Amino acid sequence: MAFDLFEKFDPILKEYRNLPEGGANPFTVSMEKVLSPTTAIINGQETILAGTNNYMGMTFNAECIEAAQEALTNLGTGTTGSRVLNGTYNSHKNLEETLKKFYDTKHAIVFSTGYQANLGVIATLAGPKDYVVIDADSHASIYDGCAMGNAAVVRFKHNSPENLDKRLSRIRRDDPQAGILVVLEGVYSMLGDQAPLRELTKISKAHNAYILVDEAHSIGVFGKTGRGVAQEQDVEKDIDFIVGTFSKSVGTIGGYCVSNHEKFEALRLVCRPYMFTASLPPSVVASATKALELIANTNLRHKLLSNSRRLNKGLSDAGFNMGTTGESPIAAIIVDEKNTAISFWGEMIAEGVYVNLALPPATPNRLNLMRCSLSAAHTFEQIDFMLEKFTLVGNRLGLIQTVPELAPEVAYKLAMETA
Amino acid sequence: MTLSVDKIFEQICTLIEPFNKKNVTITKDTVFSSDLELDSLTVMDLLSEIEDEFDITVPLNMLPDLETVGQFTEAVQKLLSE
Repeated sequence: MAFDLFEKFDPILKEYRNLPEGGANPFTVSMEKVLSPTTAIINGQETILAGTNNYMGMTFNAECIEAAQEALTNLGTGTTGSRVLNGTYNSHKNLEETLKKFYDTKHAIVFSTGYQANLGVIATLAGPKDYVVIDADSHASIYDGCAMGNAAVVRFKHNSPENLDKRLSRIRRDDPQAGILVVLEGVYSMLGDQAPLRELTKISKAHNAYILVDEAHSIGVFGKTGRGVAQEQDVEKDIDFIVGTFSKSVGTIGGYCVSNHEKFEALRLVCRPYMFTASLPPSVVASATKALELIANTNLRHKLLSNSRRLNKGLSDAGFNMGTTGESPIAAIIVDEKNTAISFWGEMIAEGVYVNLALPPATPNRLNLMRCSLSAAHTFEQIDFMLEKFTLVGNRLGLIQTVPELAPEVAYKLAMETA
Repeated sequence: MTLSVDKIFEQICTLIEPFNKKNVTITKDTVFSSDLELDSLTVMDLLSEIEDEFDITVPLNMLPDLETVGQFTEAVQKLLSE
Protein backbone atom coordinates (compact mmCIF):
# COMPACT_ATOMS: atom_id res chain seq x y z
CA MET A 1 0.00 0.00 0.00
CA ALA A 2 1.16 3.49 -0.78
CA PHE A 3 2.43 5.70 1.97
CA ASP A 4 -0.41 7.28 3.97
CA LEU A 5 -0.32 11.05 3.57
CA PHE A 6 -2.09 11.37 6.91
CA GLU A 7 0.42 9.34 8.90
CA LYS A 8 2.30 12.46 9.96
CA PHE A 9 -0.81 13.67 11.79
CA ASP A 10 -1.07 10.54 13.97
CA PRO A 11 0.48 12.12 17.09
CA ILE A 12 -1.85 15.14 16.98
CA LEU A 13 -4.89 12.96 16.21
CA LYS A 14 -4.03 10.74 19.15
CA GLU A 15 -3.83 13.77 21.43
CA TYR A 16 -7.12 15.09 20.07
CA ARG A 17 -8.86 11.77 20.62
CA ASN A 18 -7.59 11.71 24.20
CA LEU A 19 -9.55 14.85 25.08
CA PRO A 20 -11.96 14.19 27.95
CA GLU A 21 -14.97 12.22 26.76
CA GLY A 22 -18.55 13.29 27.20
CA GLY A 23 -17.97 16.93 27.95
CA ALA A 24 -18.04 19.68 25.39
CA ASN A 25 -14.96 20.02 23.24
CA PRO A 26 -13.48 23.34 22.13
CA PHE A 27 -12.96 21.96 18.63
CA THR A 28 -16.55 20.85 18.16
CA VAL A 29 -18.55 23.46 20.07
CA SER A 30 -20.96 25.44 17.94
CA MET A 31 -23.27 28.37 18.52
CA GLU A 32 -26.86 27.19 18.07
CA LYS A 33 -28.14 30.75 18.11
CA VAL A 34 -26.36 34.05 18.64
CA LEU A 35 -28.52 36.41 20.66
CA SER A 36 -26.27 39.47 20.96
CA PRO A 37 -22.56 40.39 20.90
CA THR A 38 -22.28 38.85 24.38
CA THR A 39 -24.78 35.98 24.51
CA ALA A 40 -25.52 32.82 22.55
CA ILE A 41 -27.28 29.48 22.92
CA ILE A 42 -24.75 26.65 23.26
CA ASN A 43 -25.86 23.06 24.02
CA GLY A 44 -29.37 24.43 24.51
CA GLN A 45 -28.23 26.81 27.22
CA GLU A 46 -27.99 30.59 27.23
CA THR A 47 -24.28 31.29 27.51
CA ILE A 48 -22.26 34.44 28.10
CA LEU A 49 -19.63 34.92 25.41
CA ALA A 50 -16.38 35.89 27.09
CA GLY A 51 -13.93 35.05 24.31
CA THR A 52 -14.97 36.45 20.94
CA ASN A 53 -12.58 39.41 20.31
CA ASN A 54 -15.78 41.38 19.65
CA TYR A 55 -14.20 44.32 21.47
CA MET A 56 -16.68 47.03 20.46
CA GLY A 57 -19.74 44.78 20.29
CA MET A 58 -20.18 45.91 16.67
CA THR A 59 -21.70 42.65 15.35
CA PHE A 60 -25.24 43.71 16.25
CA ASN A 61 -24.89 47.46 15.83
CA ALA A 62 -28.16 48.68 14.26
CA GLU A 63 -26.48 51.11 11.85
CA CYS A 64 -24.00 48.46 10.66
CA ILE A 65 -26.79 45.92 10.12
CA GLU A 66 -28.87 48.47 8.22
CA ALA A 67 -25.93 49.40 5.97
CA ALA A 68 -25.19 45.71 5.32
CA GLN A 69 -28.85 44.89 4.54
CA GLU A 70 -29.08 47.77 2.09
CA ALA A 71 -25.89 46.65 0.31
CA LEU A 72 -27.12 43.05 0.24
CA THR A 73 -30.39 44.12 -1.41
CA ASN A 74 -28.83 46.56 -3.86
CA LEU A 75 -25.53 44.88 -4.75
CA GLY A 76 -26.14 41.18 -4.15
CA THR A 77 -24.61 38.46 -2.00
CA GLY A 78 -21.08 38.47 -3.40
CA THR A 79 -18.74 39.97 -5.99
CA THR A 80 -17.71 36.62 -7.51
CA GLY A 81 -14.43 38.17 -8.54
CA SER A 82 -11.02 39.42 -7.58
CA ARG A 83 -10.23 43.06 -6.89
CA VAL A 84 -8.23 43.13 -10.14
CA LEU A 85 -11.08 41.72 -12.23
CA ASN A 86 -14.76 42.41 -11.60
CA GLY A 87 -14.51 42.54 -7.79
CA THR A 88 -13.87 46.24 -7.20
CA TYR A 89 -17.16 48.09 -6.56
CA ASN A 90 -17.42 51.76 -5.66
CA SER A 91 -18.05 50.61 -2.11
CA HIS A 92 -14.65 48.86 -1.93
CA LYS A 93 -13.00 52.11 -3.00
CA ASN A 94 -15.14 54.01 -0.52
CA LEU A 95 -14.03 51.66 2.27
CA GLU A 96 -10.40 52.37 1.33
CA GLU A 97 -11.16 56.11 1.43
CA THR A 98 -12.69 55.63 4.88
CA LEU A 99 -9.54 53.82 6.05
CA LYS A 100 -7.32 56.61 4.69
CA LYS A 101 -9.39 59.13 6.59
CA PHE A 102 -9.42 56.96 9.74
CA TYR A 103 -5.60 56.59 9.75
CA ASP A 104 -4.83 59.90 8.01
CA THR A 105 -2.65 58.08 5.46
CA LYS A 106 -2.22 58.52 1.72
CA HIS A 107 -2.91 54.88 0.83
CA ALA A 108 -5.09 51.98 1.93
CA ILE A 109 -5.62 48.52 0.48
CA VAL A 110 -8.41 46.19 1.59
CA PHE A 111 -7.86 42.42 1.66
CA SER A 112 -10.44 39.66 2.10
CA THR A 113 -9.15 38.66 5.56
CA GLY A 114 -6.65 39.97 8.09
CA TYR A 115 -4.67 36.76 7.64
CA GLN A 116 -4.33 37.49 3.92
CA ALA A 117 -3.30 41.08 4.62
CA ASN A 118 -0.29 39.90 6.64
CA LEU A 119 0.41 37.05 4.25
CA GLY A 120 0.31 39.34 1.22
CA VAL A 121 2.09 42.38 2.55
CA ILE A 122 4.95 40.52 4.26
CA ALA A 123 5.53 37.95 1.51
CA THR A 124 5.45 40.62 -1.20
CA LEU A 125 7.40 43.47 0.40
CA ALA A 126 10.32 41.39 1.60
CA GLY A 127 11.80 39.65 -1.41
CA PRO A 128 15.00 37.73 -2.16
CA LYS A 129 18.05 39.36 -0.52
CA ASP A 130 15.80 41.23 1.93
CA TYR A 131 15.28 40.43 5.60
CA VAL A 132 12.08 40.14 7.64
CA VAL A 133 12.71 40.52 11.36
CA ILE A 134 9.82 39.30 13.49
CA ASP A 135 8.93 39.09 17.18
CA ALA A 136 9.19 35.52 18.49
CA ASP A 137 5.55 35.62 19.65
CA SER A 138 4.15 36.75 16.30
CA HIS A 139 0.74 35.57 15.09
CA ALA A 140 0.61 32.61 12.70
CA SER A 141 -0.30 34.92 9.80
CA ILE A 142 3.05 36.70 10.23
CA TYR A 143 5.01 33.43 10.35
CA ASP A 144 3.07 32.23 7.30
CA GLY A 145 3.76 35.48 5.41
CA CYS A 146 7.45 34.86 6.09
CA ALA A 147 7.19 31.25 4.93
CA MET A 148 5.49 32.31 1.71
CA GLY A 149 8.05 34.99 0.86
CA ASN A 150 11.64 34.71 -0.26
CA ALA A 151 13.34 36.91 2.32
CA ALA A 152 15.65 35.69 5.07
CA VAL A 153 13.61 35.46 8.29
CA VAL A 154 15.14 36.46 11.61
CA ARG A 155 13.34 36.23 14.94
CA PHE A 156 13.98 38.38 18.00
CA LYS A 157 13.01 37.83 21.64
CA HIS A 158 9.47 38.96 22.41
CA ASN A 159 9.22 42.71 23.02
CA SER A 160 12.98 43.02 23.68
CA PRO A 161 14.55 46.20 22.21
CA GLU A 162 18.07 44.96 23.11
CA ASN A 163 17.54 41.66 21.35
CA LEU A 164 16.15 43.40 18.25
CA ASP A 165 19.10 45.79 18.23
CA LYS A 166 21.56 42.90 18.39
CA ARG A 167 19.95 41.19 15.40
CA LEU A 168 19.61 44.32 13.28
CA SER A 169 23.23 45.29 14.04
CA ARG A 170 24.42 41.88 12.77
CA ILE A 171 22.35 42.06 9.60
CA ARG A 172 23.64 45.57 8.84
CA ARG A 173 27.24 44.58 9.64
CA ASP A 174 27.08 41.71 7.14
CA ASP A 175 24.87 43.42 4.54
CA PRO A 176 24.80 47.25 4.71
CA GLN A 177 22.48 47.53 1.67
CA ALA A 178 19.87 44.92 2.62
CA GLY A 179 16.20 45.87 2.71
CA ILE A 180 14.84 45.11 6.17
CA LEU A 181 11.22 44.86 7.29
CA VAL A 182 10.61 44.70 11.06
CA VAL A 183 7.19 43.21 11.89
CA LEU A 184 5.54 44.03 15.22
CA GLU A 185 2.09 43.71 16.77
CA GLY A 186 0.44 46.54 18.71
CA VAL A 187 -1.12 44.11 21.19
CA TYR A 188 -0.16 40.44 21.46
CA SER A 189 -3.46 38.60 21.62
CA MET A 190 -2.79 35.83 24.11
CA LEU A 191 -1.62 37.91 27.09
CA GLY A 192 -2.71 41.33 25.83
CA ASP A 193 0.71 42.90 26.28
CA GLN A 194 1.58 45.97 24.20
CA ALA A 195 4.77 46.24 22.16
CA PRO A 196 7.13 48.96 23.41
CA LEU A 197 6.78 50.65 20.04
CA ARG A 198 8.77 53.76 20.96
CA GLU A 199 11.92 51.80 21.75
CA LEU A 200 11.46 49.24 18.96
CA THR A 201 10.77 51.98 16.42
CA LYS A 202 13.79 54.02 17.46
CA ILE A 203 16.08 51.01 17.06
CA SER A 204 14.56 49.97 13.73
CA LYS A 205 14.95 53.48 12.33
CA ALA A 206 18.55 53.67 13.57
CA HIS A 207 19.27 50.62 11.41
CA ASN A 208 17.31 52.00 8.46
CA ALA A 209 14.63 49.31 8.59
CA TYR A 210 10.99 49.59 7.55
CA ILE A 211 8.41 48.93 10.27
CA LEU A 212 5.08 47.13 9.95
CA VAL A 213 2.71 47.09 12.93
CA ASP A 214 -0.24 44.71 13.08
CA GLU A 215 -3.01 46.45 15.03
CA ALA A 216 -5.49 43.54 14.80
CA HIS A 217 -6.20 43.53 18.53
CA SER A 218 -5.73 47.26 19.11
CA ILE A 219 -7.84 49.04 16.48
CA GLY A 220 -10.75 50.60 18.33
CA VAL A 221 -9.15 49.78 21.67
CA PHE A 222 -6.19 52.16 21.98
CA GLY A 223 -5.33 55.66 20.80
CA LYS A 224 -7.44 58.77 21.12
CA THR A 225 -9.34 58.09 17.88
CA GLY A 226 -9.05 54.30 18.13
CA ARG A 227 -6.24 53.81 15.61
CA GLY A 228 -4.31 51.54 17.92
CA VAL A 229 -1.08 51.31 19.86
CA ALA A 230 1.00 53.34 17.38
CA GLN A 231 -1.35 56.25 18.03
CA GLU A 232 -1.44 55.55 21.78
CA GLN A 233 2.37 55.63 21.97
CA ASP A 234 2.59 58.57 19.55
CA VAL A 235 4.89 56.88 17.00
CA GLU A 236 2.61 56.83 13.95
CA LYS A 237 4.91 59.03 11.87
CA ASP A 238 7.67 56.41 12.13
CA ILE A 239 5.52 53.41 11.20
CA ASP A 240 5.68 52.56 7.49
CA PHE A 241 2.82 50.06 7.30
CA ILE A 242 -0.14 49.37 9.56
CA VAL A 243 -2.03 46.12 9.03
CA GLY A 244 -5.35 45.33 10.65
CA THR A 245 -8.52 43.32 10.54
CA PHE A 246 -12.25 43.96 10.36
CA SER A 247 -12.96 40.73 12.25
CA LYS A 248 -12.56 42.03 15.80
CA SER A 249 -13.47 45.62 16.76
CA VAL A 250 -15.03 46.24 13.33
CA GLY A 251 -17.35 43.25 13.81
CA THR A 252 -17.22 41.61 10.39
CA ILE A 253 -14.40 40.14 8.28
CA GLY A 254 -11.63 41.51 6.08
CA GLY A 255 -8.15 42.94 6.38
CA TYR A 256 -6.27 46.04 5.34
CA CYS A 257 -2.91 47.73 5.12
CA VAL A 258 -2.40 51.53 5.20
CA SER A 259 0.78 53.43 4.38
CA ASN A 260 2.20 56.75 3.24
CA HIS A 261 4.81 55.15 0.99
CA GLU A 262 4.61 56.82 -2.42
CA LYS A 263 4.77 53.51 -4.30
CA PHE A 264 2.38 51.62 -2.02
CA GLU A 265 -0.25 51.12 -4.74
CA ALA A 266 2.22 48.81 -6.53
CA LEU A 267 1.01 46.09 -4.17
CA ARG A 268 -2.22 45.91 -6.16
CA LEU A 269 -0.16 44.69 -9.13
CA VAL A 270 2.09 42.18 -7.41
CA CYS A 271 0.51 40.98 -4.16
CA ARG A 272 -0.90 37.55 -4.83
CA PRO A 273 -3.17 37.17 -1.75
CA TYR A 274 -4.78 40.44 -2.91
CA MET A 275 -5.06 39.48 -6.58
CA PHE A 276 -5.97 35.80 -6.55
CA THR A 277 -8.98 35.70 -4.25
CA ALA A 278 -12.50 37.09 -4.46
CA SER A 279 -13.09 40.51 -2.95
CA LEU A 280 -15.25 41.09 0.13
CA PRO A 281 -19.03 40.83 -0.34
CA PRO A 282 -20.81 44.22 -0.55
CA SER A 283 -22.67 43.70 2.74
CA VAL A 284 -19.38 43.13 4.58
CA VAL A 285 -17.86 46.21 2.94
CA ALA A 286 -20.87 48.28 3.97
CA SER A 287 -20.86 47.23 7.63
CA ALA A 288 -17.06 47.63 7.87
CA THR A 289 -17.30 51.17 6.48
CA LYS A 290 -20.04 52.09 8.91
CA ALA A 291 -18.25 50.52 11.89
CA LEU A 292 -15.01 52.41 11.14
CA GLU A 293 -16.96 55.69 11.13
CA LEU A 294 -18.53 54.76 14.46
CA ILE A 295 -15.22 53.65 16.04
CA ALA A 296 -13.53 56.94 15.16
CA ASN A 297 -16.18 58.80 17.13
CA THR A 298 -16.81 56.64 20.16
CA ASN A 299 -15.75 56.37 23.78
CA LEU A 300 -16.62 52.68 23.95
CA ARG A 301 -12.95 51.86 24.56
CA HIS A 302 -13.22 53.34 28.07
CA LYS A 303 -16.12 51.03 28.91
CA LEU A 304 -14.19 48.12 27.37
CA LEU A 305 -11.08 48.70 29.46
CA SER A 306 -13.08 49.25 32.62
CA ASN A 307 -14.79 45.90 31.96
CA SER A 308 -11.40 44.26 31.56
CA ARG A 309 -10.04 45.79 34.77
CA ARG A 310 -13.09 44.49 36.66
CA LEU A 311 -12.66 40.92 35.38
CA ASN A 312 -8.87 40.91 35.82
CA LYS A 313 -9.10 42.29 39.35
CA GLY A 314 -11.86 39.87 40.32
CA LEU A 315 -9.94 36.85 39.02
CA SER A 316 -6.72 38.01 40.65
CA ASP A 317 -8.49 38.65 43.99
CA ALA A 318 -10.02 35.16 43.78
CA GLY A 319 -6.46 33.82 43.81
CA PHE A 320 -5.98 32.75 40.19
CA ASN A 321 -2.52 32.75 38.66
CA MET A 322 -2.94 35.58 36.18
CA GLY A 323 -1.23 36.01 32.82
CA THR A 324 -2.74 39.47 32.33
CA THR A 325 -3.03 42.69 34.31
CA GLY A 326 -6.12 44.37 32.89
CA GLU A 327 -4.34 46.96 30.76
CA SER A 328 -5.78 45.42 27.58
CA PRO A 329 -9.16 43.78 26.83
CA ILE A 330 -7.68 40.35 27.59
CA ALA A 331 -8.01 38.43 30.86
CA ALA A 332 -6.10 35.14 30.97
CA ILE A 333 -5.64 32.62 33.75
CA ILE A 334 -2.55 30.39 33.65
CA VAL A 335 -3.35 26.73 34.34
CA ASP A 336 -0.33 24.50 34.97
CA GLU A 337 -1.78 21.20 33.82
CA LYS A 338 -3.10 20.95 30.29
CA ASN A 339 -5.81 18.44 31.22
CA THR A 340 -6.98 20.70 34.06
CA ALA A 341 -7.23 23.54 31.54
CA ILE A 342 -9.32 21.34 29.24
CA SER A 343 -11.61 20.34 32.14
CA PHE A 344 -11.82 23.98 33.21
CA TRP A 345 -13.01 24.92 29.74
CA GLY A 346 -15.65 22.15 29.69
CA GLU A 347 -16.98 23.06 33.14
CA MET A 348 -17.20 26.74 32.23
CA ILE A 349 -19.30 25.87 29.17
CA ALA A 350 -21.54 23.71 31.36
CA GLU A 351 -21.92 26.69 33.72
CA GLY A 352 -22.89 28.97 30.83
CA VAL A 353 -19.68 30.88 30.11
CA TYR A 354 -17.78 30.56 26.83
CA VAL A 355 -14.05 31.35 27.13
CA ASN A 356 -11.06 30.43 24.95
CA LEU A 357 -8.95 27.42 25.79
CA ALA A 358 -5.53 28.48 24.50
CA LEU A 359 -2.80 25.85 24.40
CA PRO A 360 0.78 25.67 23.09
CA PRO A 361 2.04 26.27 20.43
CA ALA A 362 -0.54 29.07 20.01
CA THR A 363 0.49 30.54 23.38
CA PRO A 364 3.73 32.18 24.51
CA ASN A 365 6.08 30.32 26.88
CA ARG A 366 4.11 27.08 26.43
CA LEU A 367 1.37 28.32 28.76
CA ASN A 368 -2.06 26.71 29.08
CA LEU A 369 -4.51 29.58 29.23
CA MET A 370 -8.15 30.19 30.01
CA ARG A 371 -8.43 33.32 27.92
CA CYS A 372 -11.23 35.88 27.96
CA SER A 373 -11.53 38.82 25.62
CA LEU A 374 -13.85 41.49 26.93
CA SER A 375 -16.35 43.54 24.97
CA ALA A 376 -17.60 47.06 25.54
CA ALA A 377 -21.01 45.40 25.22
CA HIS A 378 -20.53 43.33 28.40
CA THR A 379 -22.44 44.60 31.41
CA PHE A 380 -20.92 44.57 34.90
CA GLU A 381 -23.61 41.99 35.80
CA GLN A 382 -22.29 39.69 33.06
CA ILE A 383 -18.73 40.15 34.27
CA ASP A 384 -19.77 39.36 37.84
CA PHE A 385 -21.52 36.24 36.54
CA MET A 386 -18.27 35.19 34.78
CA LEU A 387 -16.37 35.80 38.03
CA GLU A 388 -18.87 33.73 40.02
CA LYS A 389 -18.47 30.82 37.61
CA PHE A 390 -14.68 31.10 37.41
CA THR A 391 -14.55 31.05 41.22
CA LEU A 392 -16.91 28.08 41.41
CA VAL A 393 -15.01 26.00 38.83
CA GLY A 394 -11.60 27.14 40.10
CA ASN A 395 -12.49 25.85 43.57
CA ARG A 396 -13.90 22.62 42.17
CA LEU A 397 -10.66 21.94 40.29
CA GLY A 398 -8.51 22.94 43.25
CA LEU A 399 -6.87 25.88 41.47
CA ILE A 400 -8.01 28.35 44.13
CA GLN A 401 -9.38 28.06 47.63
CA THR A 402 -11.91 30.64 48.71
CA VAL A 403 -12.88 30.10 52.36
CA PRO A 404 -13.44 26.32 52.27
CA GLU A 405 -16.33 26.15 54.78
CA LEU A 406 -18.49 28.46 52.64
CA ALA A 407 -20.24 27.59 49.41
CA PRO A 408 -18.27 29.12 46.53
CA GLU A 409 -21.15 31.45 45.59
CA VAL A 410 -21.28 32.81 49.14
CA ALA A 411 -17.50 33.07 49.37
CA TYR A 412 -17.47 34.92 46.09
CA LYS A 413 -20.09 37.41 47.31
CA LEU A 414 -18.09 37.98 50.48
CA ALA A 415 -14.91 38.50 48.52
CA MET A 416 -16.63 41.05 46.30
CA GLU A 417 -18.10 42.90 49.29
CA THR A 418 -14.77 43.18 51.06
CA ALA A 419 -12.84 44.01 47.84
CA MET B 1 36.94 33.84 12.62
CA THR B 2 38.72 30.49 12.71
CA LEU B 3 36.94 27.96 14.89
CA SER B 4 37.47 24.26 14.30
CA VAL B 5 34.43 22.06 13.61
CA ASP B 6 35.07 20.20 16.87
CA LYS B 7 35.15 23.44 18.84
CA ILE B 8 31.88 24.61 17.23
CA PHE B 9 30.29 21.21 17.97
CA GLU B 10 31.44 21.44 21.59
CA GLN B 11 29.98 24.94 22.02
CA ILE B 12 26.68 23.89 20.45
CA CYS B 13 26.53 20.89 22.81
CA THR B 14 26.92 23.24 25.76
CA LEU B 15 24.02 25.35 24.46
CA ILE B 16 21.85 22.25 23.96
CA GLU B 17 22.46 20.97 27.50
CA PRO B 18 19.64 23.01 29.19
CA PHE B 19 17.21 21.67 26.55
CA ASN B 20 18.45 18.07 26.95
CA LYS B 21 15.83 17.02 29.50
CA LYS B 22 16.37 13.28 28.96
CA ASN B 23 20.17 13.45 29.22
CA VAL B 24 20.69 11.99 25.78
CA THR B 25 24.35 11.53 24.80
CA ILE B 26 24.80 14.10 22.04
CA THR B 27 26.62 13.13 18.87
CA LYS B 28 26.67 14.76 15.44
CA ASP B 29 23.90 12.36 14.42
CA THR B 30 21.55 13.38 17.24
CA VAL B 31 18.23 14.51 15.74
CA PHE B 32 16.56 17.50 17.45
CA SER B 33 12.95 16.41 16.90
CA SER B 34 13.14 12.68 17.61
CA ASP B 35 16.21 12.12 19.84
CA LEU B 36 15.97 15.31 21.92
CA GLU B 37 12.18 15.59 21.47
CA LEU B 38 12.43 19.33 20.85
CA ASP B 39 9.39 21.00 19.28
CA SER B 40 9.83 23.61 16.54
CA LEU B 41 9.48 26.50 19.02
CA THR B 42 12.27 25.13 21.20
CA VAL B 43 14.51 24.66 18.19
CA MET B 44 13.92 28.32 17.29
CA ASP B 45 14.84 29.36 20.85
CA LEU B 46 18.01 27.27 20.63
CA LEU B 47 18.77 28.88 17.28
CA SER B 48 18.65 32.33 18.93
CA GLU B 49 21.24 31.21 21.47
CA ILE B 50 23.46 29.82 18.76
CA GLU B 51 23.22 33.14 16.88
CA ASP B 52 24.30 35.03 19.98
CA GLU B 53 27.06 32.56 20.90
CA PHE B 54 28.73 32.81 17.48
CA ASP B 55 27.58 36.37 16.65
CA ILE B 56 26.01 35.31 13.35
CA THR B 57 22.61 35.52 11.66
CA VAL B 58 21.00 32.12 11.03
CA PRO B 59 17.76 32.75 9.09
CA LEU B 60 14.78 30.59 10.10
CA ASN B 61 14.55 29.55 6.45
CA MET B 62 17.54 27.24 7.05
CA LEU B 63 15.80 25.22 9.78
CA PRO B 64 14.08 22.61 7.57
CA ASP B 65 17.54 21.43 6.46
CA LEU B 66 19.00 21.35 9.95
CA GLU B 67 17.72 18.15 11.54
CA THR B 68 20.84 16.98 13.36
CA VAL B 69 23.42 18.56 15.63
CA GLY B 70 26.04 17.79 12.96
CA GLN B 71 24.09 19.68 10.29
CA PHE B 72 23.77 22.62 12.67
CA THR B 73 27.52 22.54 13.29
CA GLU B 74 28.28 22.58 9.56
CA ALA B 75 25.86 25.45 8.98
CA VAL B 76 27.49 27.53 11.72
CA GLN B 77 30.95 26.79 10.33
CA LYS B 78 29.81 27.83 6.85
CA LEU B 79 28.25 31.07 8.13
CA LEU B 80 31.41 31.88 10.14
CA SER B 81 33.62 31.41 7.10
CA GLU B 82 31.50 33.70 4.88
